[in-house]
Amino acid sequence: MIRTPEELYARAAVCKEILDSKFNGSDGKIYLMICGGGGCVASGALKLEEECNRLIEEKGLSEKVAVRKVGCFGLCSQGPFIRVFPKDVLYRLVKQEDIKEIIEKDVIGGEIVERLLYVDPKTGEKIAKQDQIPFYKKQKKIALHGCGVINPESFDEALGCGAYQGLANALKMTPQEVVISVLESGLRGRGGGGFLTGRKWQFAYNQDSKEKYVVCNGDEGDPGAFMDRSILEDNPLSVIEGMTIAGYAIGASEGYFYVRAEYPTAVKRLRHAIEMAEAQGLLGDDILGSGFSFRAHIRLGAGAFVCGEETALLHSIQGLRGMPRPRPPFPAVRGLWDKPTIVNNVETLATVPYILRNGVEEFTKYGTTGSKGTKVFALGGKVNNVGLVEVPMGTTLRELVYDIGGGIPGGKKFKAIQTGGPSGGCITADELDVSIDFDNLVALGSMMGSGGAIVMDEDNCMVDVAKFYMEFICDESCGKCSPCRIGTKRMLEILTKITEGEATMKDLEELETIGNACQTNSLCSLGQSAANPVISTLASFYDEYLAHIQDKKCPAHVCKNLTVYSIIADKCKRCSLCAKKCPVGAISGIVGKTNFVIDPEVCVRCGLCIASCKFGAITKEQ
Amino acid sequence: MAHLSEAAVVKINEICDRYANEKTPLIMILSDIQKEYGYIPLEVQEIVSERTGISVAEIYGVVTFYSFFSLKPNGKYVIGCCLGTACYVKGAQQIVDKFSEILGIKPGETTDDGLFTIDALRCIGACAIAPAVTINGKVYPHVEVSQVAGIIDEYKAKEAAEA
Repeated sequence: MIRTPEELYARAAVCKEILDSKFNGSDGKIYLMICGGGGCVASGALKLEEECNRLIEEKGLSEKVAVRKVGCFGLCSQGPFIRVFPKDVLYRLVKQEDIKEIIEKDVIGGEIVERLLYVDPKTGEKIAKQDQIPFYKKQKKIALHGCGVINPESFDEALGCGAYQGLANALKMTPQEVVISVLESGLRGRGGGGFLTGRKWQFAYNQDSKEKYVVCNGDEGDPGAFMDRSILEDNPLSVIEGMTIAGYAIGASEGYFYVRAEYPTAVKRLRHAIEMAEAQGLLGDDILGSGFSFRAHIRLGAGAFVCGEETALLHSIQGLRGMPRPRPPFPAVRGLWDKPTIVNNVETLATVPYILRNGVEEFTKYGTTGSKGTKVFALGGKVNNVGLVEVPMGTTLRELVYDIGGGIPGGKKFKAIQTGGPSGGCITADELDVSIDFDNLVALGSMMGSGGAIVMDEDNCMVDVAKFYMEFICDESCGKCSPCRIGTKRMLEILTKITEGEATMKDLEELETIGNACQTNSLCSLGQSAANPVISTLASFYDEYLAHIQDKKCPAHVCKNLTVYSIIADKCKRCSLCAKKCPVGAISGIVGKTNFVIDPEVCVRCGLCIASCKFGAITKEQ
Repeated sequence: MAHLSEAAVVKINEICDRYANEKTPLIMILSDIQKEYGYIPLEVQEIVSERTGISVAEIYGVVTFYSFFSLKPNGKYVIGCCLGTACYVKGAQQIVDKFSEILGIKPGETTDDGLFTIDALRCIGACAIAPAVTINGKVYPHVEVSQVAGIIDEYKAKEAAEA
């Protein structure tokens, strides 16, 4: 139990020393640090942990060597990882059978296992230290502070990493001073809209009400975005601390976490972290002897994308259908159970302790004039380094894709980067030198959104991508207002017609008209932004739409109806492998005697033949 | 309510009582029931209504709004195909199509033998292993169209072995 700020500082100093010793070797031990992020666990990280423990035991090294499982390292496409300290060597793509070598050669022998080191795809150079890998070099961890460093289930490790220093500082200030600090930091909501967090807090602070609430929006619904999940899984106390500071600032004594039910690990760790904070007296009555009391609760989402919209989210917490309502009144005036409520995203709340711990200036050092600090992105799709990155605002998209992301795999050509999920848009190669901030991305017809950044290459059809997002939104539209309910359905029908080669130029005009109507007339931001993927691809990839409509061709060979498979006569070795693989018997020919041919009438365009041909003889080109 | 066992009625009432002190417990109650039984048919909604005083109409509205709640039972094996953007741009749609083709059901449907349900998932956040498929919690990374038949056979063989 920590009762005063002095007790907190004293204990944090001890914890820091212990945590540091796990990195600098001052306790004389060797630590094997394993990434416990979702991607690594899916590729077998837990087996690695077992194997490490088994071998350490077997070789009688338990006194000298310890295994630590921490949160996500970020570079998911190279996982699973083992990082050896104090030497600080990172091994990647580690398999269970590699552990023996790591322990015998490195831990016992002191020699680096060269073959498991990261190889820079540009230079071919092997890199042993994580910080030297280009993926990490341009990053700055503020929201992800502690992630991939601490054991998320250990209170002492979090404390040693700076947890609760921000709250201790905040409690020495008046609530209004805390609001002003956040306002001066220029922190903008990381969930999508980019509204000034301090201003939101000020609205709620100004309300004269005994009952107020803080709600953390952890309903991370954008497909391809997983930064909130990572923060909740890897350093949940940072979000709880952020929420507690928010509660103190606006005068709330209760907070609710609304987390997707699809994230069971995040929910488990968050629940555990709340229990740890309660046990230490950092949630509950009279926190750190300040007289301020605060409690946190968890509510699970039940699978509805629209609940990411704040008024829908509040309805969902209240046990209702998650439908938005018109604003004003804003939640800061009338929110949960009609009481003043602020709704902040996970990443926003995780950033707050950093500002209070290190001061406003330390935060505003990073970023651009209009967008301060950093932003976490989930970099995915056709990029070499898939993973989670946190970069200062102002980093260019080119740096994100090429320096951090390591470029496009397979020598393919970059086509677009999609940001902002189903509410965002596609940014083209010509626009890659734009620096990332809230306003620049909006100017490009996209938006920051929650931070999904999906890279697309020449093999992706932009009409198909627009259709993909429209299918998503059409499915997730809550049905309350007709522009969104009907508009998304009609747009999806037209996009389907285009991808099937049935559309006319009149359909294209109609698509734009409906898109604009949906944008201007929908009730909530889901409907207002539903047409963004269409409008942005129409603006940047109009020729692809034309190719589908006028030439009846899909330039990327994605749309099935517009793609014809054929066998290049010169390349066919008459082996019959493709014919054997074809599930519908569309391929005919005689082994060793005649070339094989595909009957386009029978072909279902499943692509199995292309995958099976060893000679690259099958093509989708017309 | 005729075909609900007495034990089930007791259990459902017990779940309702867990949240008696909450201001607005409906979604928590329904989540627990969904977890316990795998679906929330009308008979169960009626019991919840009696216990909590919330109208059946409102409960039905909530059950049908959220994709986590279902009125019908799922198959023994739920094939969750991630259709998040990162998976989609790497060919996840073809994976779903293949499962649909082989099993003869659309996403959201269950095979007649009650064995398989296909679930098109939004994003499971495993973008580094795209396209990803999960079956009852087991994750299949980097799935290719050619592997789909084998994955289904794996579960059919398991069933045959258990039978």
